[in-house]
Amino acid sequence: MSATGIGAAVRRKEDQRFVTGKGHYTDDVNRAGQCYAYFLRSPHAHAKIKTIDSKAAAAMPGVLAVLTGAELAADKIGNLICGWMITSKDGSQMKMAPHPAIAHGKVNYVGDAVAVVIAETLSQAKDAAEKVKVDYQLLPAVADPAKAQGQGALQIHEVAARNTIYQWHLGDANAVGAAFRAAKHVTKLDLINNRLVPNAIEPRAAIGEYDAGSDSLTLWNTTQNPHVARLVMSAFVGLAPEHKLRVIAPDVGGGFGSKIFIYPEEVVCLWAARKIGRPVKWVAERSEAFLTDAHGRDHVTHAEMAFDADGKITGLRAKTIANLGAYMSTFSSSVPTYLYGTLLSGQYEIPAIYCEVDAVYTNTVPVDAYRGAGRPEATFVVERLIEVGAREMGVDPAELRKKNFIKKFPHQTPVIMTYDAGDYHASLKKALEIADYGGFGKRKRESARHDKLRGVGFSTYIEACGIAPSRAVGSLGCGVGLWESAEVRVNPTGSVEILTGCHQHGQGHETTFAQVVSERLGIPLDNVSVVHGDTDKVQFGMGTYGSRSGAVGISAIVKALDKIEAKAKKVAAHMLEAAEGDIVFQDGKFTVAGTDKSAAWGEVALNAYIAHKFAGQELEPGLKEGAFYDPTNFTFPAGCHICEVEVDPQTGESEIVAWTAVDDFGTVVNPMIVEGQVHGGIAQGVGQALLEGAVYDKDGQLVTGSLMDYCMPRAHDLPALKVDMTKTASPSNPLGIKGCGEAGAIAAPVAVINAITDAIGTEDLAMPATAQAVWQALQKASNRREAA
Amino acid sequence: MSAVALTVNGKAVTGDVDPRTLLVQFLRENLRLTGTHVGCDTSQCGACVVHVNGKAVKACTVFVWQIEGANVTTIEGLANPNGPLHPMQEAFREHHGLQCGYCTPGMIMTAVDMVNRKGHDLDDPTIRHELEGNLCRCTGYHNIVKAIAAGAKAMAKGHAQHQT
Repeated sequence: MSATGIGAAVRRKEDQRFVTGKGHYTDDVNRAGQCYAYFLRSPHAHAKIKTIDSKAAAAMPGVLAVLTGAELAADKIGNLICGWMITSKDGSQMKMAPHPAIAHGKVNYVGDAVAVVIAETLSQAKDAAEKVKVDYQLLPAVADPAKAQGQGALQIHEVAARNTIYQWHLGDANAVGAAFRAAKHVTKLDLINNRLVPNAIEPRAAIGEYDAGSDSLTLWNTTQNPHVARLVMSAFVGLAPEHKLRVIAPDVGGGFGSKIFIYPEEVVCLWAARKIGRPVKWVAERSEAFLTDAHGRDHVTHAEMAFDADGKITGLRAKTIANLGAYMSTFSSSVPTYLYGTLLSGQYEIPAIYCEVDAVYTNTVPVDAYRGAGRPEATFVVERLIEVGAREMGVDPAELRKKNFIKKFPHQTPVIMTYDAGDYHASLKKALEIADYGGFGKRKRESARHDKLRGVGFSTYIEACGIAPSRAVGSLGCGVGLWESAEVRVNPTGSVEILTGCHQHGQGHETTFAQVVSERLGIPLDNVSVVHGDTDKVQFGMGTYGSRSGAVGISAIVKALDKIEAKAKKVAAHMLEAAEGDIVFQDGKFTVAGTDKSAAWGEVALNAYIAHKFAGQELEPGLKEGAFYDPTNFTFPAGCHICEVEVDPQTGESEIVAWTAVDDFGTVVNPMIVEGQVHGGIAQGVGQALLEGAVYDKDGQLVTGSLMDYCMPRAHDLPALKVDMTKTASPSNPLGIKGCGEAGAIAAPVAVINAITDAIGTEDLAMPATAQAVWQALQKASNRREAA
Repeated sequence: MSAVALTVNGKAVTGDVDPRTLLVQFLRENLRLTGTHVGCDTSQCGACVVHVNGKAVKACTVFVWQIEGANVTTIEGLANPNGPLHPMQEAFREHHGLQCGYCTPGMIMTAVDMVNRKGHDLDDPTIRHELEGNLCRCTGYHNIVKAIAAGAKAMAKGHAQHQT
């Protein structure tokens, strides 16, 4: 391993600009002549728009335009779409309702845009928006997914009877039925996976600009995948042909999934920029982010696990209602299906699994992928079932897991996935040691002396990352391929630019991608730069989400580097007057095997461009190669997290007193960055378990609509974290990378809930396990005991 | 519109602003000092923390006219642009105390203020408590806490102590 190569904890190249305030985020971009957009949003969850009177607003100072859904429709701006077709068990296709960027005729959630005011200044736009008169006819609303299909709920969209988008299933119902009939023990749970608001600290923003000279549009946007945004806005929304639309995603301040999607505001900024002939800027306020960024999770599930007399799992079944909100967001349909049902085998050998999912419309913000996307929900189901099963059968939860672990690879689960590699016993064993599981009893007694209840909770999770083999996802309904591209441009002086279709918004690609190149070419890290986030620079790419940038994005770079090396060897062969097959490339030097004749990397790069040593006919000048890498399988990061809590029975307050994470991410390019990803994921998972939850009232008002009402994890809510790793390399990509971005968020919630329920001795506890919720659970349990 | 005059990063600046202009807007829009960020609208997130007369202030909570004549330091003014990083900036880099970088300027300005008030020997609970007003969604705070403890110590060593 070189000092800056794969496996080195290199300090990040990008940090110099971030710690000095020189980052360049979308809101830092200002274009000459720009004006400002402010969206007037529906205060009602469900209503018909009878009239919109914008005359007074249009006459306000500085106002350039007041635009509504009617104008959008008149200009034939297309609807936003969901790009993953899910087929119901009866063979019918999912019911995708029209999603205009500005509501037309009817609003379907609080926050649905009804008009946009464009003015010289933001203050003028806001002042004018107050003068827009909208006459609404209120309709009954439904926010609770469990009630959306009921008789009382009003149908939100014409296309979706009983507000049902699809009724999907996976697995073998008969085999599962037989397993449960023969079971010695069955564990049954009703679970709610609470609705979350992603809350990247940088709010979404967009600037649209039209250049009349070239008849082209440019969008600066807080997006995780600029090329997909361009594709959708071109091919479906119809704003401009793809070659006349440039999307730039500069520094982006966190995404966590919420910036994957194509949102109404960027469509409107582009449309309005062309209409007005000036750049149009929009920056979300935090309250607006709560009302418009796609939310996450929101599942209601009944799940059961069957065990035989020996404690082996013989079957699992789950029935889930998934809330997709008022419209189908870009990848929403895939989250509660192929990113959820396919992970229900966990780390266990389960012969039969059956999963049914009903996706429903409600009068709430659209729901889509949020860090983990489906996999935290699956892990919550599997790991709650096995933990509670262990308690019900009176066996040690670690032992029950060990008994059921998959031990041979590749392993075909009954729910599509073929796990390629793993050693679940190794991560559990290491975690048990680090967490001093053996000493838990003593610590529990010590806590009891201080009138505290101590509990321990496990999460031996699995996830599917490296998203994803194009043929596989295509066969499952995905509208795009999920390969990644890379281009390696070697300059005549030997420095290198890597162009990638991935996009970084905290992951540190400018460092890790450069590490791979530095090691391979034997050049200093500073001689490598990573270019991303601009459709005019990078030809195409699928962006960053689903822990894919290492496993898929770096693999594309490796493939391009293979081509670079092959071409450079040809150049070196001409320079050294040797046969190409005799050239060996090592440590940045090309050598003729068995001789002392050699050429340095820089000399070869220069010769590739000056082309003095070869005729252009025999070898093309230049040194630049591109590659598209399509993965052969998902990757399967897995591990064991152990959470220890102390609960104060007087107040219900839970404190996380220890956290151990042992993860298997395969090959790790930069352990410092990978550990940072684990820390952040755990914090979001702990947030879900203890603090966070989007709450709608019965009228569809978002009660938790600001950072004063929605509880985000702060530094004092979290403990110091013990993070360690085991390694089984993924055989599915050249470097053996598995991916690490989502693991913490997947593993953590259930570890916390397993720990608290262990402490308080009752399983009846929903997330977020606030002090009030835990106290109530304790009281309920005590009342039950007294009644009995 | 009303005239304001103050000192920002050691330079005298003036502006003619709408009275409802917040300090953060003045810094970002009038002076184009975009290192100070806006992450919320309720003064919860701390992405906009700057120093006003040497004390940490959320720049979204004050109108610029309220601090007429004040001495303001932003992240851009923490270290000499041509010199080394401030020890706290260096500590965040060294300890991977940032990921997306958006909360980072506010975190660093808060951290320097914390050291100014609490000294150079900061333990874990103190740092976590003092970070009450700053949100980070990326790091889980683990490395921010490490960075601040190390940065506080480094500041004691007299590396380029900066007046704020």
